[in-house]
Amino acid sequence: MIEIADVSLVDWSRAQFALTAMYHWIFVPLTLGITIIIAFMETLYVKTGKEEWKKITKFWMTLFGINFAIGVATGIILEFEFGTNWSNYSWFVGDIFGAPLAIEGILAFFMESTFIAIMFFGWNKVSKKTHLLATWLTAIGANLSALWILVANGWMQKPVGMTFNPETARNEMNNFWEVLFSQTAVDKWLHATSSGFVLAAVFVIGISAWYLLKKREVLLAKKSILVAAVFGLISSVYLIMTGDNSTRTIANDQPMKFAALEGLYNGSEGAGLVAVGLFSTSETDPNNENLKDFSMKLEIPNFLSYMAFLDWNAFVPGIHDLIDGNEKYGYMPASEKIERGRVAIQKLGEFKEAKKAGNTQLANTLKTELTSESFQNNYFKYFGYGYFENPQDLVPNVPLTFYSFHTMVGLGFFFVLLFVLSIIYIVKGTFDKKRWFMRLAVISIPLAYVASQSGWIVAELGRQPWVVQDLMPTMAAVTRISAGSVQTTFWLFAVLFTVLLIAELKIMFRQIKIGPKH
Amino acid sequence: MFENLSHLALQHYWWVLVSILAALFVFLTFVQGGQTLLYSVGKTEGEKTIILNTLGRKWEFTFTTLVTFGGAFFASFPLFYSTSFGGAYWVWLAILAAFVIQAVAYEYRKKPANFLGAKTFEIFLVLNGLLGTILIGTAVGTFFNGAMFSLNDMNQVDWQTPYRGLEAVLTFHNVALGLAVFFLARVLGALYFIFTVEHETIVARSKKQLLYNTIPFLVFFLYFLIWLLLKEGFAVNPESGEVFMEKYKYLHNVLQMPLNSVILLVGIAGVLWGIISTLFMNSGKGFWFAGTGTVFTVFALFLLAGFNNTAFYPSVYDLQSSLTIQNASSSKFTLTAMSYVSLMIPFVLAYIVYFWRVMNRKKITEEEMQEESHVY
Ligand code: HEM
Repeated sequence: MIEIADVSLVDWSRAQFALTAMYHWIFVPLTLGITIIIAFMETLYVKTGKEEWKKITKFWMTLFGINFAIGVATGIILEFEFGTNWSNYSWFVGDIFGAPLAIEGILAFFMESTFIAIMFFGWNKVSKKTHLLATWLTAIGANLSALWILVANGWMQKPVGMTFNPETARNEMNNFWEVLFSQTAVDKWLHATSSGFVLAAVFVIGISAWYLLKKREVLLAKKSILVAAVFGLISSVYLIMTGDNSTRTIANDQPMKFAALEGLYNGSEGAGLVAVGLFSTSETDPNNENLKDFSMKLEIPNFLSYMAFLDWNAFVPGIHDLIDGNEKYGYMPASEKIERGRVAIQKLGEFKEAKKAGNTQLANTLKTELTSESFQNNYFKYFGYGYFENPQDLVPNVPLTFYSFHTMVGLGFFFVLLFVLSIIYIVKGTFDKKRWFMRLAVISIPLAYVASQSGWIVAELGRQPWVVQDLMPTMAAVTRISAGSVQTTFWLFAVLFTVLLIAELKIMFRQIKIGPKH
Repeated sequence: MFENLSHLALQHYWWVLVSILAALFVFLTFVQGGQTLLYSVGKTEGEKTIILNTLGRKWEFTFTTLVTFGGAFFASFPLFYSTSFGGAYWVWLAILAAFVIQAVAYEYRKKPANFLGAKTFEIFLVLNGLLGTILIGTAVGTFFNGAMFSLNDMNQVDWQTPYRGLEAVLTFHNVALGLAVFFLARVLGALYFIFTVEHETIVARSKKQLLYNTIPFLVFFLYFLIWLLLKEGFAVNPESGEVFMEKYKYLHNVLQMPLNSVILLVGIAGVLWGIISTLFMNSGKGFWFAGTGTVFTVFALFLLAGFNNTAFYPSVYDLQSSLTIQNASSSKFTLTAMSYVSLMIPFVLAYIVYFWRVMNRKKITEEEMQEESHVY
């Protein structure tokens, strides 16, 4: 049967994935957004024929190129890491999960790499219009590649469009469109790409503001701010809308994640939203260290119910309702799910035994039972729970999820304000007179990265202990290898990526200092 | 349309696609081969700049092909993806690390304040060329010589050596393929310089390198090929799925798949003609002959590994754990859906070829390096 790997192997494998994914995500959002901003700028160049727009375009392109190279470098690990470190996962769900990765390569990566070469080297080789087309296609290619990987991620959060095949011991796809157009996948794609747009807009405004503080490149800075702020404002409003949608999807599909990101322990009707909260460091639930009490909180009554279910009085389940069960509102206790999961695992084992013993008749009977709809809905649905001993292990790290979520949301509203003020000041011509605002714009750059990383912490830590929601716990997904090997590669990548990041930052800062080529 | 195909036909179709990707990848390692020639062909800074710029405009294709190869293999033969990548852990991680350092090297080498210095990034490129080709070639060698793994009931892999795949170097036949790929990449790299660069010294040195690398390439490749035809192979009983050793299995495959053997021969002839016409007839088109020849050759070798009831990823530890295109593949549904996606491939290839030609219309020169705004 599927064996559970030892704790340190699981932890190191998770650490390695987190490290490589987070490093990769430092560079991806900027790529998603800045390619579009550059494409707008070049469009203005082609439309107006003004050389200054060409210069602006090329300047941002240079910064983009520096960022892109390291984005590619950190990305290749991820494509193969599912196999190298999560091979049990790769088999269990490969029939579904592999497809988006392949499509990503075939449809998006080639588009990106073909047209990026034209974008950088084609100025004197192709016509103006073709060049502009290439720039747009690079932007579209980048955002399309995000689509496929988020489809893959969305599927892990809410597995759809498949059935379990006991013969092969894996899940097999039976509906491609359900996988592609799952609400979770669509929400995630829209939210993640628009978060990239916002980050890129903050990046462009911040660097331009730095020039204005230094009284340099004034024309470039002002024009860039205008383009970026308008783009940023639209994107940030959209970002909040898509984030809000994601929240509702989670409330339905991943109630535990939802309860964690809101720090909701006891469910209630007309639940209030904790807008600001601080967990106490000492007081914890005696049964579960992930459950820390609030030492301070500011709550908006009924708001959570509305946010989750568009109904001011709806019942929102808390962590205790999900663990201990709540008969009144129809929540099954976790212990019951664990029992059912065990039945599913055991049945599968019996089937495998019968096959091995050559008892075809018994095997067939068991197979029929395993694949029957009632077994699927009543037992197999909880397959992953069967791995757990203690229901408390089903709770993610609440404080971290809560803080990350609230940081992200808070910054989301802050960016809207930043863009609105940027537009007002730039239109009124007072942007370069307000030193406080220029400084604020500069320090907003790291904040955008913080928001963006927080988003993934919410999405990925909030869903623990699952790698595939309800079906496969993280601990059952890892490759069977010595923890020492994974530890070695963890440090290898930690050092390599850090060195490359330092190089990238130094180059980036220097290029900003040098400014556009005159 | 694909719905009407049998599962077996789809498995064959996808093995063909994966083989094409592998073949294109080996062809595109001219970038890696070219990188390892950096110091022998480029002596001055100006020469190095030309070399790295002519390669630098193409490196992403090689890289993307590798990534797509991984994705396509995952989608179509997920059991290979989980078994080989999870099992031969060290081999694959070494390969990946070699590509990580490549991706930044072009862009960062010449940039001011690059922290590590131009020399380091050049070494990254040489390392990528060296390790990338040799390791991948050696890893593919295990398709014919087997690896040390077993699969349990749940198809989970257990690797049977602590070296996690690195033990492949102990089989000389694997290494011979690795070295053949390495020298072939250098041959292609030299041909690419001759084809795209307008610079007397670079072209002259490339010709010299072409000759020097052709010889070891032929030695290792012929050794690999002849030994392959003489060795035992991993055959599958199509009815029971049982894997067994068969004497001269690959020779039998050559004889039983005549069309594939023609492709193999045409491929080898193409590579040789590309080299000969460049060395002795001053042709500038040798790159295309050798490149197309490479694609044909590698494609045919992959079919030898997977078609005609052969286990493409055999286990020498537990023969019955060996992977075949049947037991390692995705479900019929997934292969069907992905086959529709594959209809986009010709379209993708078409725009790549079109824009490749547009970008390579003029040869690269020293003057261009001075005028161009984005130089590596
Ligand atoms: C202001 C309102 C915002 C709301 C309501 C919101 C909501 C959410 C939610 C619920 C998730 C988790 C999705 C999941 O677990 O499947 C999420 C993820 C994420 N958020 Fe936000 N978010 C907001 C703002 C932002 C901002 C400002 C950024 C960055 C600039 C950002 C970047 C991300 C990223 C990168 C993810 C992970 C990818 C994904 O799951 O879509 N979000 N957000």
